[in-house]
This record gives sequence, C-alpha cells and structure tokens, in this order.
Amino acid sequence: MSILLEAKEVSKMFGGLKAVSNFDMTINKGELIGLIGPNGAGKTTAFNLFTGVYQPTTGVINFAGKSLKGMKPSQITQRGIARTFQNIRLFSELSVLDNVKIAYHTHLKYNLAEAVLRVGRYMKEEKRIEEAGRELLKIFKLEDKADEIAKNLPYGAQRRLEIARALATRPQLLLLDEPAAGMNPQETNELMDMIRWIRKEFALSILLIEHDMSLVMGICERIYVLEYGSIIAHGLPEEIKKNPEVIRAYLGGEA
Amino acid sequence: MNSLRKLDAKAIIISLIGFAILQGLLTADILDNFWELNMILICINIILAVSLNLINGYTGQLSLGHAGFMAVGAYTGAVLTVNFHTPFLISIIISFVTAAILGAMIGLPTIRLSGDYLAIATLGLGEIIRIVIMNVNYVGGAAGFMGIPKYTTFAWAFFVMLFVVFFIKNYVNSSFGRACIAIRENEIAAETMGVNTTKYKVLAFMVGAGFAGVAGCLFGHTFYIVHPSSFTFLASFNYVIMIVMGGLGSITGSIAGAFILTTVSALLSAWPELRMIIYAVILILLMFYRPQGLFGNIELTSLPIFKRFKGGK
Amino acid sequence: MGIMDQFFQQLINGISLGSIYALIALGYTMVYGIMKLINFAHGDIYMVGGYVGFFCITIMHLPVLPALVISMVLTGLLGILIERIAYRPLRSAPRLSVLITAIGVSFFLEYTMMYFVTPQPRTFPHILSDVAYHIGPFVVNNQQIMIFAITIILMALLTYIVQFTKTGKAMRAVSFDTEAAQLMGINANRIISFTFGIGSALAAAAGVLVGIYYNSIDPLMGIMPGLKAFVAAVLGGIGILPGAAAGGIILGIVEALVSGFISSTFRDAAAFAILILVLLFKPTGLLGKNTNEKV
Repeated sequence: MSILLEAKEVSKMFGGLKAVSNFDMTINKGELIGLIGPNGAGKTTAFNLFTGVYQPTTGVINFAGKSLKGMKPSQITQRGIARTFQNIRLFSELSVLDNVKIAYHTHLKYNLAEAVLRVGRYMKEEKRIEEAGRELLKIFKLEDKADEIAKNLPYGAQRRLEIARALATRPQLLLLDEPAAGMNPQETNELMDMIRWIRKEFALSILLIEHDMSLVMGICERIYVLEYGSIIAHGLPEEIKKNPEVIRAYLGGEA
Repeated sequence: MNSLRKLDAKAIIISLIGFAILQGLLTADILDNFWELNMILICINIILAVSLNLINGYTGQLSLGHAGFMAVGAYTGAVLTVNFHTPFLISIIISFVTAAILGAMIGLPTIRLSGDYLAIATLGLGEIIRIVIMNVNYVGGAAGFMGIPKYTTFAWAFFVMLFVVFFIKNYVNSSFGRACIAIRENEIAAETMGVNTTKYKVLAFMVGAGFAGVAGCLFGHTFYIVHPSSFTFLASFNYVIMIVMGGLGSITGSIAGAFILTTVSALLSAWPELRMIIYAVILILLMFYRPQGLFGNIELTSLPIFKRFKGGK
Repeated sequence: MGIMDQFFQQLINGISLGSIYALIALGYTMVYGIMKLINFAHGDIYMVGGYVGFFCITIMHLPVLPALVISMVLTGLLGILIERIAYRPLRSAPRLSVLITAIGVSFFLEYTMMYFVTPQPRTFPHILSDVAYHIGPFVVNNQQIMIFAITIILMALLTYIVQFTKTGKAMRAVSFDTEAAQLMGINANRIISFTFGIGSALAAAAGVLVGIYYNSIDPLMGIMPGLKAFVAAVLGGIGILPGAAAGGIILGIVEALVSGFISSTFRDAAAFAILILVLLFKPTGLLGKNTNEKV
C-alpha cells in the first residue's frame, strides 16, 4: 500500500499551550481510519493542521509525497484533502444545490471574460456542474431538496450535505469531524453504510473523528487514540479496545 | 441554459427601447436640462451602487470608502481629458484601471480585517485618498480641478451603466460570484471548498473600485469641475444606503435604491435641510420595517412575471 | 519661538484637543462594548451638547459650570431617548441595519438642528478672559486648564461609576456577555439606556468645552470629531475605557504635532493613517487582547 498522508512529529502551540505534540500519523491509500480521544484532546486541531487552517509549530505533514508546509486551506483542498466540520459550516442561506456548486469551484474551466460574456464554455461548464451536483445530491438522498435553503434542512440532512459538498471538491482524503454527532442510532447506521460505500465508490481514504464507539469500531480499519495532544495508542480496533492506556484515558484513574 | 442568453437579449432590447424613449424626450425638450442632469446622475449612481454591492452585498465585506475610488476615477479622467486630450472612452477605461489598482492596493492589506474593523479602515482610507488629492496642486488642490469638458451625455451614462450592470450580473452568476457569496456566508468553509478567499476578496475590491472609478470619470465630465468635497465619507454612506435600501445581494435592488434616492433628492433639492430630515426618517423607518431592503436578495428576473421568459432548463 | 518651545506648545494644544476626543471616545467605546454598534450619531450628540450649553450661556445667562451640567443632563436624556426610539427596536436585527439606523439618526440630528438654528456657525461668548500661565517650558491658558480639570473630574467619576457601583458592575457584565448577564437577573435594557445616557453626557461636556475653547459651534461640527473619537477608541482598544481615554489623548497630540510641524491640511490624514496602522498591526488596539475564531 502506498502512503497518502504522513504526519511526522507534528506539534502545535497556542501561546504557551501545547494543543498537539509529537503527533505521528500515516494514512494509506484507501484506508478508513478513526481518530478518537476525550474532549479537548486535540482531534479537531489535528484536522485543522492537516487542512491548513493552522500551521504546525514544528514537524512536517506530507500529502501525496509533497509537504503541505505554508499552504493555504484552499491550496490543500486543491491538492485533494476535503473535510467536514464539527459545528456544521454550510453556506446556510444558500440553496442545497448552490452549496455543492461552490465546492466544484476548483474544477471549473472558464475565465473572468468568458463568465462575463457568457460564451459557450461558460454555458457548458455551468451545465456540467449543475448536472454533477444533482447527481451527487441523489447519492445523499437530497435530490428533491436541491432548491431548498440549506439552513432549513433537518440536522441529519445538513450533515449529509456537508459530506456531499466535501466530495464535490473531488478529494483523495476525506476528513470527517464527528459525522454522527446528533444523529439517532438508525441514522448512524445509515451513515456507516454510506461512509463505507463512498470510500469504495470514490476510491477515497477517510479519517474520521467520532465519539460514537460503535461507529468507530464498526467501520474503521485502524484507530489512533489522542490524549492531551499526544497519540497514546494506535492499532486495530480490537487492540485499541483492550489497550490499558486507552481504557485509563477514557475511564479515568489508574489502569 | 441557452435561455439565459435569450433572457439577456430580451433585457437588452427592453433597455434599448427605454433608452430610445428617454433620449427622444430629451431631444424633443420635453425633459429639460435639470432632468437630463438627474438622469445622468441616476446612471452614475446605479454604477456606484451596483459595483459597491459586489463588495458589500455579495462578498459581505462592508466597505465605507467607495467615494474614495470614485474620486480617483474622477481625477484620473479629468487629468487625462484636460492635460492629455485623450478620447473620452480611453479616459473612462484608464479611470477603471487606476481605481482598480488602488482598490487592489487597499484591498490586499485590509482584507484580513473583518466586519466593523474593515468598515472603519475603508472609511479611513477613503478619507486619506481625498485628503491626499486635496494636497496635490497638480489637480487643483482644495479648490478642485476645473475646466473639464462636458463629455458625459445621457447616452454615455446610460450605455456605460448598462455595461456595468451586465458585467456585475454575469460576474455574480458565475463561479467568481459564487466564490464571493461563499466568502460572505462562511469564510472558513469557503476556503475549505478550495476558494482562495484572499484572491476573490481582492478581485471583488478591484472590480468594485474600478467601476466606482468609471462612475467618477463620468461624474467629473458632467459638471465641468471635480471637487474633493464630492467624495467625503458621507458620499460613501450614501451609496451604502442605496444598496441597503434596495436589498444587499440584489442587483435589481441596487438599481432601485440608486434610482429612488437620486430622484427623491432631486425632487426635494429646493429644501436642503428638510430633504435630509425626510431622508433620515425614511432611512430609520426602512430599517425598522424592511431591514432586508426593498428587494431582499430577489432579482426582478426571478419574479413570476419574468418566469415565462425562462423556458425549460 | 524655538523649535522646542513650539513642540511644548503643540503638546499642550494636543492634550487639550485630545481631552475632547477622549470624552467623546469614552461614549463611543462604551456603546460599542455593550451593543457592538458603531454609533455614528455620537458625534452629533456632542454637537447638540455644544448647542445646549450655548443657549444656556447666551439666553439664560448662566455661568459655565451650571451650563455644563444642564447640557450634560439634557443631552444625556436625549441619548437615552434616541436609544429607546431608534436602536432598541432593532436589538435582534442584523448589525448593518443598526449601523444604517445610526447614520439615519446622525443625519436627523444634524439637519433638524440646522433647520432650527440655521447652518451659520454661532460664536460662543468669550466667558473666560485669556490668562496664560508659564509652568516650566509650558505655556497654558486658563481655558486649557479648565478642559484638563473637567476632563479629569469626569473620567474619575466615570471610573468610580463603572468600577465601584452596582450599575457599573452590571454594565461590565452586559458588555462581557449580554445573555449571561440577563440570566443573572440584570435588566439589560436598563443598563444599555444608562450607558447611552452616560456616554451622551460625556459627549455633551466635550461639546460645551469645545465651544469655549474654539469659540464656534455649527450643526455639522460633530462629524469629524465623532469620527476621530471613534479612531481614538479603536486606537486604545474598542470597548476598553482607559483605552479610549489614552487613544483620545494620543490622537490629539499627534494631530497637534502634525498641524504644527507639517501642515494642518494633513491633520485629518494623520488620524486616519494611525487608524490604518493600528488596524493592520494590532486590530484589537493598544490595550486590547487578541482573540481567535474557534474552528
């Protein structure tokens, strides 16, 4: 298997506070990996480092063989990392379809003059992403809500739309930040199936943060456990379940 | 999708008919000089409002310095026409370029500011532009630049306005405009979707500022004189008020706002103090009862009456 | 006059002007702190204060201090009234709507005043005879001393109110987190009214002092100082009271030095240039703390 993302001894300081330290992680092509840990362990910070929202204080992050150092989030998205947010960040006043259309941004091939003059290429490209967008919404059972305003969608549908939108950027690696938060068990089950399916269908690697252990243990092939900004364990789900360090971190007290 | 272009064609034809009628009334002297002047002003203000709407309404970056860019265009145009005898169209184009460059220069450093801080920074920069102009003797200093030929006719103002409206309309309905709207809605999400937020903010500032420069150039060639006092932050407020009145994020709204405010102010020009009191009261009441503006973010062309033009997808 | 003498003279002039800015900036910063509103009408409140003082002195023949107090009380009430009528209905409206309303209120005050008193500037009566005192290298006249004294007294009073009274604590609480303050049983509307009252009274004092200092008032006199005071508030760190005071004084000094040593036409540009520099390098102001958006 070839390595897609590699983080080596990454740390991030906020003032004097160490949010993440000595963080190592490898994600191979096609893998589905879980990142778990107590609240405030630095999981979302890791996502922010991978997507360029933050720059690491020390260490390197390589993606598809190239360093991500100094890149803006938009450049990293163009490289092929997409994400969702823990606190949903949709374009809430826009329609569902427009949310997805924006995500096709980097794949549109017309320039300013062509857009303003509405030449054939503009027309063709707009038509193409409109169709692609509707196609994508169909996968996420949102096709009949395409013209609704995003903020009016039920919570679960908003989470699905966020994933659809992330996929529209055509990533190689998809980062999901608590995709099942706020979902009921049935929705969570559907979500698990969907995550498995999109990984296969879109030939993706997926890294997900999740508190729902049944989901993490159910679908992840490998799991990293983060506590106080450091990886305290990583391995197969069964290994993680039995790891005394992990049990201590989650249940408190001495193992 | 081709119906989009058909819709454009229809809108242009309607505009041309409208222009022919108004120009006819002017030629036949049914509308006098006072109204010709105000029709020109309406066109200029529409350009200012629509271009400002790209920055404030679509990109969500509250700018209170639009009059500064207008000043740059007005003075550039005046200098070119008077001192270099360039044809009017060239003056207009160079006014666009100069104001756009300044827009980029101002946009780049200030763009990382947000909300109120950006608003107050652009206000300050607009004032700085004006004060600097006031201190340059080459352009007449505080006395203003005089002796500019009156090149701006209703036809010039109208067709430039039509061009700008179509430019901005097509801009916001493309991936460029979607990038702007994404920035307005959620900057972090926009960046994560691959939108280079800095690039699109600066671009919006450039295009908006450039067209403000064009409006300034037309303005300068309307009154024989450009004077720094025409470009204070109060003028910038005026353009913000136009777009808020019409509805941020609606081009139709900006046009309506510019039209209504310019007309009302022309009608009440005999009573300057009363005019401003009425203006203030209307503004406050509007914010109470219709804070989203007259049109919200709705365009005339999406109203049911226009739907039948659209046809199938 | 030697260059050092001139420097000291401009310094004194700057502190006088700065005191005026500081008094206006305090109201700006308090209102911003509590409502996140750039109250563009604040400069016009200062103008109204100047006129009330003017009429007290010319028509009612009152001495300076009673005129000052009456102006502060009446203008303070006007501030409360404006908040009640124009801003309170918009409490949950988008920020831009409130901003536009503030611009509307500003125009309303300016032109209503103009309608009644004409656009002509009024000459403030010369109530204090010019007496200059030489203190070390400084030459200070009695008007400047009065400005310093009144500014210091008012600032001390404000500090006492904000730091040591129950209402002051409530003000700080509402400014920190309006919702939480309401949950603790604080009547936020009452506190906001009070803030407007205090801020407007301070601006009124500045208006009267300016009238005495420059001898002239007009209906549009509030526009520039209002804007400058906002710059002062941003310079010090918006929402921070000592910041507004310091920002006002610094701005006053810089302006005086620029008009004394460069050119008075660049005075206004200097203020805005400071603003831009502050915003670019320390947008939270000299005394402000940095905050980051959580992603």
